[in-house]
Amino acid sequence: MVKILMLISLVLFSFTILIAVYRIIKGPSKPDRVIALDMIGVNLLASIAVVSCILLTKAFMEVILILGILSFIGTIAFSKYIERGIIVERRHNR
Amino acid sequence: MNADTIVEYVAAILMVTGGIMSVVSAIGIIRLPDVYTRSHAATKSSTLAVLLSLLGAFLYFWAVDRFISVRLLLGIIFVFLTAPVAGHVIIRAAHRSGVRLADISQGDELEEAKEARKEKEAKRKPEKENESRSDG
Repeated sequence: MVKILMLISLVLFSFTILIAVYRIIKGPSKPDRVIALDMIGVNLLASIAVVSCILLTKAFMEVILILGILSFIGTIAFSKYIERGIIVERRHNR
Repeated sequence: MNADTIVEYVAAILMVTGGIMSVVSAIGIIRLPDVYTRSHAATKSSTLAVLLSLLGAFLYFWAVDRFISVRLLLGIIFVFLTAPVAGHVIIRAAHRSGVRLADISQGDELEEAKEARKEKEAKRKPEKENESRSDG
């Protein structure tokens, strides 16, 4: 019964990831796509937690942390690119 | 039915609740008309879904193995801190790069505040030039 509930939640998370992929393909502006990418990262993190509960292993905990950090940094880099057109600024003459 | 079984069921129900909240945010991201309202759906309820399912995983590991996972707790704290920051930053970038609002929105107070500030600065500059001229 517990395993069936976990499988149900896994199906729900993958449904959300599918809809976010639709928004990435269709999204009219660039920030739409970045928001959908961030949402995919966050939902992948949750589904990895559920998978590690189903398999009863502790090997995926690092994956959860690293994926959260990578998703956050990716969103920050994309938003800086959208705002200024450049990610790493070389000169500091403001 | 001992206590560990009850905790396992509670963890599984938390995970299913997280999945349902995630589907709610998916409906929001597919139905709402605008990038700003879509970010409202994507950041808030998605964060809640992830927090619920990570808390469920933490409780499940504690009930099955008596294993308190510090890495899972760190993941919970990290997602809780960074998801609103990421949503705020990307929406600020969207507004500055000129993404239009939906047609049914009532007004744009940030744009009005920006224009008022620009006008104030433009009014202040000639006064300063006059002062420096009179000093010289």
